[in-house]
Amino acid sequence: MSPTLLFPSLDISGACNGWGIRHAFFSAIRFTFLLALILALAPAWAKEAAPVAEDPEVERRMIDLSEDLRCLVCQNETIAASRADFANDLRREIREQMQANKSDKEIVDFLVARYGDFVLYRPPFKSTTLLLWFGPFILLLGGAIALLVYLKQRRKQIQEPALSDQELKHAEDLLKERKG
Amino acid sequence: MTRFLLPLGIFVVLVGFLLVGLNLNPRQVPSPLIGKPAPEFQLQQLHQAEQTLTSKDNLGKVWLLNVWASWCVSCREEHPLLVELAKSGIVPVYGLNYKDQRDDALRWLKQFGDPYTVSIVDPEGRTGIDYGVYGVPETYVIDKNGIIRYKQIGPVTVEALQTKILPLVKELELQG
Repeated sequence: MSPTLLFPSLDISGACNGWGIRHAFFSAIRFTFLLALILALAPAWAKEAAPVAEDPEVERRMIDLSEDLRCLVCQNETIAASRADFANDLRREIREQMQANKSDKEIVDFLVARYGDFVLYRPPFKSTTLLLWFGPFILLLGGAIALLVYLKQRRKQIQEPALSDQELKHAEDLLKERKG
Repeated sequence: MTRFLLPLGIFVVLVGFLLVGLNLNPRQVPSPLIGKPAPEFQLQQLHQAEQTLTSKDNLGKVWLLNVWASWCVSCREEHPLLVELAKSGIVPVYGLNYKDQRDDALRWLKQFGDPYTVSIVDPEGRTGIDYGVYGVPETYVIDKNGIIRYKQIGPVTVEALQTKILPLVKELELQG
């Protein structure tokens, strides 16, 4: 089985998105193949995942860095984890840049310059992402304020006597009438 | 009455967000390279391997760079359009044969027609990384000063040609 059959996928109709029934069908087949292969070769597979580069230190650094980077083909996967060809290329690129003594920041800048902030799983802190960073806290604060206001109103309602004396008497009379 | 207005308002806003979100295409990741100089390259040509083409060779003209491969299914979809576009002579189309085998690529062009003024090869996808390619096909519009003006992600469609690419090419042609 050729590796391209299992992991083709730079084509926009790739392995990890479901454009069209046909593609979904093929990716289902591919997935079944993959699953079978994983099950059959599980021990060998684990070995295969061992560092392929000559330098295990670079490999570890590369994995560390690429765990925070998004694969643009399989957008819910990191570049470290994705089997897409694209991720493979980027891992190679990162590995080579590390061997050329580039710092992590330089490598991330290199990727952002080409693929944009989307490649980062940790969005940068800047004016366009303020809402992204603070939005949840603003919502939380809003919720807390709404809860407080509600509780205060409720307490006031409870403290107010539900019935006046006259109403109470009227109610008792009605109840007695029923019994009698 | 106001008791229901607030939740209803929140609900409507939420539905609005979801509606917009549903109509966004997550595959269309805007390229940070728009408005920036096209990354330089010097690559072998597909037909004459001994000749190269560099990004600077095209300075002074508006051109399209179409990233394609023989293994790419969606490329077949856009290919007739590219052939037609090349025939019209409106704008030269250059092909970047991406992570492909030379034989396969040549056979593919013979079978489906060759719209490219020149095809260059990027067998390892390195120029692809420089251009921010993450799916094939992709098409770039590059102006006379070598600035990327537009990127089409996925196949070129009639609609994209008519509403975006051709008007942009016309506009860029008029510029100095």
